[in-house]
Amino acid sequence: MKRLPRTLHPLAWWLWAAGVATAASETSQPVLLLVLIAAAAYVVAARRAITPWSASYSAFMRIAVVVLVVRVVLYVLFGDAGGNHVLIRLPRVPLPTSWGVRIGGPLTAEGLISATEDGLRLGTVLICVGAANAVASPARLLKALPGALYEVGVAVSVAISFAPQAVVALGRARRARRLRGRSERGWRAVRGMAVPVLEDALERSIDLAAAMDARGFGRRGNVAPMHRRAATSLTVVGLLAICAGTYGLLAAGSPALLGVPLMLAGAVVAVAGFAVGNRASGRSHYRPDAWRGAEWAVATTGIVVAAAYVVVAHRDPATLDAISQPLRTPDVPWQLALTSIVAALPAFLAPPVPRPGSRSRPVPVPARARAEVAL
Amino acid sequence: MITFDHVSVTYPGASAAVLTDVDLTITAGELCLVVGSTGSGKSTFLKCINGLVPHFTGGTLSGRVVVDGRDTREHRPRELADIVGYVGQNPLSGFVSDTVEDELAYGMESLGVDSSTMRRRVEETLDLLGLADVRSRPLLTLSAGQQQRVAIGSVLTMHPSALVLDEPTSALDPPAAEEVLAALTRLVHDLGLTVVIAEHRLERVVQYADRIVHVPGAGAPLVIGDPHTVMATSPVAPPVVRLARSVGWSPLPLSVRDARSAATSLRERLRDHAPSPGPVEQLGELVASAHRLVVSYDGVIALAGVDVDIRRGEVVAVMGRNGAGKSTLLNTMAGLQAPDAGMLDVGGVAPARLAAPDVVRRVALVPQNPSDLLWRESVNAECIDADADAGVARGMTRAVLTELAPHIDDDTHPRDLSEGQRLALALAVLLVRRPPLLLLDEPTRGLDYAAKERLATIVQRLAADGHAVVFATHDVELVAEVATRVLVLAEGEVVSDGPTATVVTASPAFAPQVAKILAPQPWLTVGQVERALAG
Repeated sequence: MKRLPRTLHPLAWWLWAAGVATAASETSQPVLLLVLIAAAAYVVAARRAITPWSASYSAFMRIAVVVLVVRVVLYVLFGDAGGNHVLIRLPRVPLPTSWGVRIGGPLTAEGLISATEDGLRLGTVLICVGAANAVASPARLLKALPGALYEVGVAVSVAISFAPQAVVALGRARRARRLRGRSERGWRAVRGMAVPVLEDALERSIDLAAAMDARGFGRRGNVAPMHRRAATSLTVVGLLAICAGTYGLLAAGSPALLGVPLMLAGAVVAVAGFAVGNRASGRSHYRPDAWRGAEWAVATTGIVVAAAYVVVAHRDPATLDAISQPLRTPDVPWQLALTSIVAALPAFLAPPVPRPGSRSRPVPVPARARAEVAL
Repeated sequence: MITFDHVSVTYPGASAAVLTDVDLTITAGELCLVVGSTGSGKSTFLKCINGLVPHFTGGTLSGRVVVDGRDTREHRPRELADIVGYVGQNPLSGFVSDTVEDELAYGMESLGVDSSTMRRRVEETLDLLGLADVRSRPLLTLSAGQQQRVAIGSVLTMHPSALVLDEPTSALDPPAAEEVLAALTRLVHDLGLTVVIAEHRLERVVQYADRIVHVPGAGAPLVIGDPHTVMATSPVAPPVVRLARSVGWSPLPLSVRDARSAATSLRERLRDHAPSPGPVEQLGELVASAHRLVVSYDGVIALAGVDVDIRRGEVVAVMGRNGAGKSTLLNTMAGLQAPDAGMLDVGGVAPARLAAPDVVRRVALVPQNPSDLLWRESVNAECIDADADAGVARGMTRAVLTELAPHIDDDTHPRDLSEGQRLALALAVLLVRRPPLLLLDEPTRGLDYAAKERLATIVQRLAADGHAVVFATHDVELVAEVATRVLVLAEGEVVSDGPTATVVTASPAFAPQVAKILAPQPWLTVGQVERALAG
């Protein structure tokens, strides 16, 4: 059967990414983490959307590397992970023990490895966020938000749109300085450009607020205030419960009641809030993204991977723990590594991305037009 | 449909009211044109209609504004969104989403229109405004004309019964402006839409108006009446009306068509005269010269082999549709953009290779938005800064400014100046270094007739002083007034280059009104005709 290109529902992509990120946060086993990174990268390579946003994947990659390096540097400076294989003894800054902080001292192989693994774990989570950005822009995700969260979504998307506008304003300010014959650099230049850029942003936000008001933003229509308040409180309480539940699920040693049950209860309350809110908002959606088989499949891969890791973490935490004390070659949990490959399946399960010029949204920024904007 | 019942508006901190005792009823299906000079209160008048004044801007409104039975005192702009569509001056800053289609749908989503209706209206509006090709493009990448059409479309999709537009064609080239106005008149005639429109360039709209509201400014009472009556005395008037007034035609023609039929006898009288040549052109040395100039952005060609020589004393108008490469040509001459191929020589050097202080001694560019060049908090501080930058004695910039625009207070914030004064200040700041070449990018944007006349005088004087002036514009009337030569660009290539009279009379799109009325005789401006008849 021929697969027709279409854009996948953004929520499916973000669920997939969240699933992989959850899995990554459960383990510090470097082999597993690398498999997860590879799976995410494979999906991005196959199904990257062609939007200005998708470029942020490489930015997230770089941030991940920085996080890894910072984590190791922090260990070198402050870490005291124990271990017997001392590599080097750094001069130690004498501090009272009651401070609970140590600067300098022995560096052990165990500590260094554990710091690297920890950094890799954080980095993997970041790469998952980057992957989600690459395959589905956050702007589209915000559009798919339920009506009850609509205002929040608009606030976020306006804030996001500030960045490209500010870049344009900055370009104009730089040109203007050149046109007036200024070629200074450094602090004076920054100060000279900050004022016009900020003024521009302020003016724009006032204009935007007026335009949104004039086009019916925040219209209440004929919905009872009671109805609206019920929707908002249900949604907020539900989301808080989900947050607490997620924490309970991920944090080791928290009571079992704080995990899955709380999360499920929260989800039920939040969905109820959305349902009430959708009826209360009086808004409609233009060309909403469809949720079909492929969306289910992609979302399921994320959930399956996450579930596998969470289950193993509860049954047999040692498998996921690569922290090497005593120092040894860590065992690779092969079953889990193979399960992780499920995370790469969206590369086949998701329909191909529509090519630019074809009918579906979105299309890349043509260079000529971008240059005109910069002028 | 729209009723103003003894409305006065006073902004907080202002000593006098902007509008006093406005009493007016606009009936359904009317196209009402609001005219007046910059800062006279046109925008305030428009914003009263959908309640942005006073709900959004602050200030006190006395009296009542009632739209379709809804009083703006009890209804905020958002509650009026389904009956009044408002398009502000700067379309880009009012965009809420990031692609054309989403922007068109935004208002309907707020109103809760069902999805099949939304789909249909978006498609209709894309066709109506000629936006189907760019439907999925990000808004930031569109040309100014396309952005303006999206802004109009984004309120049309809500099917309002009244449309309020604040200077909708100021950023558009003549054909694009015609297109937008044609769409608007079609909406008035076919759908009975009420349109209230503020516009500086009356020559584009006055013939479509059913009624004119002239806002004289300073709280003076509005002059309201049918176009023929108001235009007979209005200080702001398009060339066709000024010509009619000076020749004494009655009834007053408002369109080129009416004027042509009245002009038979005038053409007879002018048969034996020839247009007086403008100020005698002293062509001086070459200040800039481009040969096979090619400029591209990220692989897209913006200028494809342009040849042009510019001499001292010349006033060259660069015309062409939006995106034809006009701004690119000016930017490249000012050294903001490096050429990819070909030769560009400004004052003996390639401008892109020079450091900023060396460029500005040879060439000055006033960008589309002159306030980009101004960043201090008072006119005086700006002048002192410019003196220091140029390394000249203090007070020089101020002297240049006084020459360009005599009555500007030292302590005014550049933001509080009128558009024309701001342009003068930006010019003064650059001209203090006496660059031989002056470039202006769309200098008439937002200028009223009086300010445009001042600009024309300034440009003519600069040319007489031996500057070369190059300006990009869509304003054919200004071109007829000041340009000695016209360069028309299309797709980055020069399609015509020659004396103004030859180029602008060659095609109807670029012809000024007087030329259209008196064709085939080669008259371009009211001034020329007046001089010929007097002499």
